[in-house]
Amino acid sequence: MGAFRMPALGADMESGTLVEWLIKPGDTVKSGDVVAVVETQKGAIEVECFEEGVVASLAIGQGETVPIGTLLAQIGAEAPEPTQPHAPPSPKPAQPQPAPPPAPAPAEPSRIRASPAARRLAAERNIPLATLRGTGIDGAITLADVAAAAAVPRRAAARGFDAVEMRRAIAAAMSCSKRDIPHYYLSETIDLTAALAWLEAFNAPRPPTERLLPAALLLKAAALALRNTPRLNGTFEDGEYRPSPGIHAGWAIALRGGGLVAPAIRDTDRRPLPELMAAIRDLVRRARGGGLRLSELTGGTVTVTSLGERGAESVTGIIYPPQVAIIGFGRVSVRPMVIGDAVAARPAVTASLAADHRVTDGHAGGLYLATVTRLLQTPEVL
Amino acid sequence: MTEAEARTLLRDIIAGIAPEADFAGLADDEDMREALDLDSIDFTNLIIGLHARTGLDIPEADYHRLFTLAGAAGYLSDRAPGPSPA
Amino acid sequence: MTAPSTTAMTYREACKQGIRDALLSEPRCFMMGEDIGRYGGCYAVSKGLLDEFGEVRIRDTPLSENGFTGIGIGAAMAGLRPIVEIMTINFSLLALDQIVNNAATIPHMSGGQFAVPLVIRMATGGGRRVAAQHSHSLEGWYAHVPGLRVLAPATVEDARFMLPAALKDPNPVLIFEHVMLYNVEATLDPGLREVDIDHARIRRPGTDVSLIAFGYGVTKALAAAELLAADGISAEVLDLRVLRPLDSETILASVRRTRRCVMVDEAWRSGSLAAEIGMRIAEEAFFELDAPPRRVCGAEVPMPYAPHLEDAALPQPEGIAAAARGLVRPA
Repeated sequence: MGAFRMPALGADMESGTLVEWLIKPGDTVKSGDVVAVVETQKGAIEVECFEEGVVASLAIGQGETVPIGTLLAQIGAEAPEPTQPHAPPSPKPAQPQPAPPPAPAPAEPSRIRASPAARRLAAERNIPLATLRGTGIDGAITLADVAAAAAVPRRAAARGFDAVEMRRAIAAAMSCSKRDIPHYYLSETIDLTAALAWLEAFNAPRPPTERLLPAALLLKAAALALRNTPRLNGTFEDGEYRPSPGIHAGWAIALRGGGLVAPAIRDTDRRPLPELMAAIRDLVRRARGGGLRLSELTGGTVTVTSLGERGAESVTGIIYPPQVAIIGFGRVSVRPMVIGDAVAARPAVTASLAADHRVTDGHAGGLYLATVTRLLQTPEVL
Repeated sequence: MTEAEARTLLRDIIAGIAPEADFAGLADDEDMREALDLDSIDFTNLIIGLHARTGLDIPEADYHRLFTLAGAAGYLSDRAPGPSPA
Repeated sequence: MTAPSTTAMTYREACKQGIRDALLSEPRCFMMGEDIGRYGGCYAVSKGLLDEFGEVRIRDTPLSENGFTGIGIGAAMAGLRPIVEIMTINFSLLALDQIVNNAATIPHMSGGQFAVPLVIRMATGGGRRVAAQHSHSLEGWYAHVPGLRVLAPATVEDARFMLPAALKDPNPVLIFEHVMLYNVEATLDPGLREVDIDHARIRRPGTDVSLIAFGYGVTKALAAAELLAADGISAEVLDLRVLRPLDSETILASVRRTRRCVMVDEAWRSGSLAAEIGMRIAEEAFFELDAPPRRVCGAEVPMPYAPHLEDAALPQPEGIAAAARGLVRPA
């Protein structure tokens, strides 16, 4: 039982708009269920709840914009009467976490004044009381207010990304990054002959659903290498670095028409390649079609960006705060490489690292790229 | 599967991958990846979509034949037995 | 003396005709109380009955409420059908021991071997300018006691027919006649022969708010409903009639229709019957309510003697209407 609150869906998010409820009072929800769609600067995000129980009430209505931390729904038994107004939105960026923990909820914000009869009708019709203007005693919502609202069809919520808002969010995050984070940059060109040969052999007998793209190999190598350089995997906040216990790579996905999201793939280093491939495909499809989930967007402990076959040769990344590193892979292309004494045409990729100098130095970064390189020479162990 | 059916199928699947895709502005022999801004993962999702709808096991070596609408429609009408329900 | 040929009569006359009816139809019935015989009753209800029925059946008693109430209980236990009149509800406190400790308990404590078919009538309520020892409304105290049936006739009809019905009850019945009602006149349905003493009744149907009242409060609630109607608010007036056992079903049905309620009770608000009714509504009809239950009660002071103060201490139609308006159409 507990309170479901407006989650922090990004480092700089202060408020969000609830565009669609996917639950109604009386529904039973369990942890991980998608319960609402929230419009943030990053676009419309499917939000999961981490409570179990029966939805007691919806505290705000579709279309309302509220600060993070605002009560959205009461799940399970009714919370006790409020003793203080809800906490103000946190001025600090949210700490990326694998999943927002079911933390002890702050006191419920002021309960909406509504008559019992109004509440019951609102619950039956799935009309959030917060969307209504009360005409009763001291502005209390009455049965007539709910009945009037029930007679008006509500507009369907729009899903998808708001390009302007997203641009604003990216601008804010990247400006903050460039202003606050002393980046250092390293790159390494990696011979992919062995990796691509292995990939071809792996894919040949398999149906399309099971085939891998180079992206999966690159992501797995980047994640595995972080085990050797854990100080690239974590967050820097309040002057302090906190390593993350798990490696959850945010996979950067460019949206057609502009914009960028980096949903997290949990335990990237521990997943088999086919699973990573499926995760990437799924995230790309949903990111570009709308319908990402909160925990996917906020869970990243590091970012990996791969420019793909139509991308540029290399990328110099900008760290997504409060992370401390971003690993980039350019386009896989055939390049002249020195093999032994001779120059040979080899498929290669340029891996780059942008890392936070407050946490690591170039030496650690260099060792990291060396590990990525080494791992990609033995794709069979990835 | 006729070529017309193949084109319908392609549009259908691509609409799911790139909802904003503008087929009206897509020339028959244009590289869809360029014209519709499909990256390798989108393209893989297209191949998987075709696999799911037609049962065709399109080998990687054939991927290049599906880069254009005309190529893909021809490839599918040659091989796919007929339309199958979504 | 004969029954009036016309069916129009005062509440006082109705009370008297109820008693006559009982005395005529039930040979075991007799009446006793202070000044009921030669003086005709302090509110003149029994005027003329001594002449008609004689000293055996119309008995003046000393000023000894506990004594003659006890006699009434004993007579009832012994098989008679006594009607005991107590001048005012304030004086009935002297008889509380007999009423609460004996009348209400003997049927229970004797395992049903003794019935107490006793009727106690008394005047209640304020408005007569008779100050703090003759004007209170303590019906709620009696309505608290299991073993008693408590009636509050608010109409001429109920004044006429409740007493005969009460005499048929094998258990003690208390009838509270509001002093302001005695002079009220109404035309009785000539075909009517009896009323029930179980149910509340809707005196004026309405849709927006239930005004729940008893005794003279019903008259004030009806006046308030008129004021409200002028504002376009449709008030339902519910006459409780029976204060114990309360007819919860009718009360709840009314509130479930209107979703708002105002209890009108001359008694002091704290621990009042209005509190009991409000709580039952909260318990049983909470989710039907569209506004909080409200009460219009007597001011929590000993009843003032000065007319303007007494009026101010009692529920009035304007105050009832204002409370209802506040629920239906808050500013």
